[in-house]
Amino acid sequence: MNKYLTPFVREMPPSGIRKFFDLVSTMKDVISLGVGEPDFVTPWTIRETGIFSLEQGQTMYTSNAGLLQLRQELSRYLSNAYGLDYNPNEEILITVGASEAVDLVMRAILSPRDVALIPDPSYVAYGPCAALAGAKVRYVPTRAEEDFRLRVKDLENAYTPEAKLLVLSYPNNPTGAIMTREDLLPIAKFVEEHDLLVLSDEIYSDLTYKGTHTAFAGLPGMRNRTLHLSGFSKAYAMTGWRVGYVAGHQDLIYGMTKIHQYTILCAPITAQYAALDALTSASQSKSEMVNIYNQRRRLMVKGFRDMGLSCFEPLGAFYVFPSISATRLSSEVFCRELLREENVAVVPGSVFGPSGEGHIRCSYAYSTEQIKNALERISHFVQRRLN
Amino acid sequence: MLSTEDRQLLNLLSQDCRISTEQLSVQTGLSVEYINKRVKQWEENKAIVQYHAHVNWEKTGESQVAALIEVKVLPQRGFGFDKIAKRLIKYPQIKTVFLMSGGYDLALIIEGKSMQEVALFVAEKLATLEHIQSTATHFVLRRYKQDGTELMGMEETPERLVISP
Ligand SMILES: Cc1ncc(COP(=O)(O)O)c(C=O)c1O
Repeated sequence: MNKYLTPFVREMPPSGIRKFFDLVSTMKDVISLGVGEPDFVTPWTIRETGIFSLEQGQTMYTSNAGLLQLRQELSRYLSNAYGLDYNPNEEILITVGASEAVDLVMRAILSPRDVALIPDPSYVAYGPCAALAGAKVRYVPTRAEEDFRLRVKDLENAYTPEAKLLVLSYPNNPTGAIMTREDLLPIAKFVEEHDLLVLSDEIYSDLTYKGTHTAFAGLPGMRNRTLHLSGFSKAYAMTGWRVGYVAGHQDLIYGMTKIHQYTILCAPITAQYAALDALTSASQSKSEMVNIYNQRRRLMVKGFRDMGLSCFEPLGAFYVFPSISATRLSSEVFCRELLREENVAVVPGSVFGPSGEGHIRCSYAYSTEQIKNALERISHFVQRRLN
Repeated sequence: MLSTEDRQLLNLLSQDCRISTEQLSVQTGLSVEYINKRVKQWEENKAIVQYHAHVNWEKTGESQVAALIEVKVLPQRGFGFDKIAKRLIKYPQIKTVFLMSGGYDLALIIEGKSMQEVALFVAEKLATLEHIQSTATHFVLRRYKQDGTELMGMEETPERLVISP
């Protein structure tokens, strides 16, 4: 039946993650550091609120934009945490995960022939969503030597006059890189000079382990150029609930709401009630989780450095991205052989873009026991390859 | 006020007191010297009272009965409740002694091999002590959670995908 698919979809490569997932699924007793979701179950207060909303019979559609109460609470949170100022009535849209928000931004902003600039490596959805909107993609390389921060010189190299949208995604999946205010200011200047819009996916913002997170939309002149995306999946361990949001200038949010109203109607109501509780009563659970991630982060970085691999210090999200170039293996071969010889699954850096080659993504959303066990096995593998 | 780092140290130790100093150092980013010094201070000033294993006796095959005893006491002039409390804490059967607000004065947790043994202790040793007005004994039927630890797997550990973006 393939011939019935549009040529575009037929040709679209499946996510490299998917390919690797299929391979891992054929094996038994795999120790994985391969997931991009928290190992915590959603904090009980949040789950209980979801259950209570069901008991109350809250099973209807909400308004397209999402529960007003949730938008009001988000507006307050964005203001308190990041100094952002969004009107809950017109400037915040609740989506089905940050994933839907990524798709909405691409479809609302990009026309065929427009170009989206995307940091490389980065989360796997941006390029394909831009392409589905008919746009072209140019990847902007980032490097371990610069702690995987996006640099203006690389933006200038990748720039074309058709560029309309820049994606920012810090703290970054897969590298764990963060960008400070000082790092972001020159990017803001570049955006202004080239009249770009910015999709800033800040879903890991609360998982920042040094200093405080800077929201791109809060930089001078950037508010109206930025679509600020985030969600509840990571910081509140709510991946399966599917709830996220996008905040921005009311004209842009209005445009995105039109697409959302026809394609999605509204985010699931149970998840919206749960998200409301996350904002109002789970900040303690959140900071406890952040503390634990931070402890595991140190454990992982030390583990890889002790193996003799170079590993830049990731200061956000829950990934480390060590270099495996000392083994002279490509990241895909490394991951396949590691899986076969030691039963450990990690993700090849190359699935997140060409600049991820020579690295592996290891998640520390695992217990310290699991991490130690996996590190030991990876170490055996690496020692064999180094000698 | 406890610093964030010190609170982390204590949290890690209270979850697993066998964790090595090196491991603590890796996970908190604090130096081994600092941790050794700090833990010694806490041990000395009894902020860290004891290191022990949290045993779920039900799983050991050893029968264990516990009871919560509400005790009403006539406070003694000049001593309040301290004098009687000091006597009570000496009994090895009495595991916990709290002074309470509300309808009674002392809450005790007593452990023994059988209900018989606990009941006998209450009737013969406790109720007959001078200044004790009355006791009410509540036997523990089941422990679901103790000292922050869930004792029975009420929830299955949910499965995550092995690899996800
Ligand atoms: C950078 C980034 N953005 C968005 C998402 C998707 O999040 P959500 O669950 O809110 O759709 C992920 C998930 O892995 C991610 O890593």
